[in-house]
Amino acid sequence: MKARVTVTLKNGVLDPQGKAIEGALKSLGVEGIAGVRQGKVFDIELETADRAQAEASLKAACEKLLANTVIENYRVEIA
Amino acid sequence: MKSAVIVFPGSNREGDVVRALKMAGSQVEKVWHAETELPKGTDLVVLPGGFSYGDYLRCGAIAGRAAAMDAVRAHAARGGLVLGICNGFQILCESGLLPGILMRNANLKFICHRQFLRVERNDTAFTRNYAKGQAIDVCVAHGEGNYTADEETLKRLEGEGLVAFRYADAQGHITQDANRNGSMNSIAGIYSEKLNVLGMMPHPENLVESLVGGTDGRGLFESLVSSFPKAA
Repeated sequence: MKARVTVTLKNGVLDPQGKAIEGALKSLGVEGIAGVRQGKVFDIELETADRAQAEASLKAACEKLLANTVIENYRVEIA
Repeated sequence: MKSAVIVFPGSNREGDVVRALKMAGSQVEKVWHAETELPKGTDLVVLPGGFSYGDYLRCGAIAGRAAAMDAVRAHAARGGLVLGICNGFQILCESGLLPGILMRNANLKFICHRQFLRVERNDTAFTRNYAKGQAIDVCVAHGEGNYTADEETLKRLEGEGLVAFRYADAQGHITQDANRNGSMNSIAGIYSEKLNVLGMMPHPENLVESLVGGTDGRGLFESLVSSFPKAA
């Protein structure tokens, strides 16, 4: 079983990297970009075939390590 | 007084802090992060600077969950002293021992320069040898030192006097220019609620020798040592 975890900064948390990328896109002449927020993607392979078990493992992974919930949100998608 | 300096893969400032502690009169032992117990009789735990785990995931995130950190948490819960410098401060935030987080510097640059700090209070084990409001001359060297916390946490830190140091000019004035990483309220270091855990981005261990340009960092290590009765 495969899963994808996406970690993004919470709204309102300053994202200097996203701002720099936004600036770079503007200087490259890419039009129509209103804003950029940078996040992280984790592709995770699970040992189990049981969906509920997978969800529990992924929740633990996110809460314990993958996201710092002070500033970040996470989203789990199981393929 | 006995200190334990925890070493993680990628720590690189442990040698300097061991030296500063020994100069101040502490016994020091280095402890590998995989250890589950601190040496017997440890009074102070130090998390040194560096780039633990290559700053992978988030600075201090992986080190903050190391086996030794459970022992550090237990030590702190007993009221034991813990000092985290630079990456050590990041580890303390990631491990939940201190609130908030150190984000990428607001100007996106790694900053490495001499820096004055204002000592916010001198009634703690870490600062008793300084004067309140004194400007001390130390160093900063970091890319992620932009202290960030939610409004409520910030209010609590300020209200309870838990800000240890702020970025200042040579006269101890808090200025925008002195706050080069963009930290909220110019925060350079904070205490835990019981004042026994201190995390700070600047490096006091860099300036303990007049040979390298200053000795203002000594006060912190001497404060710590003087907090304990001398061994016979």
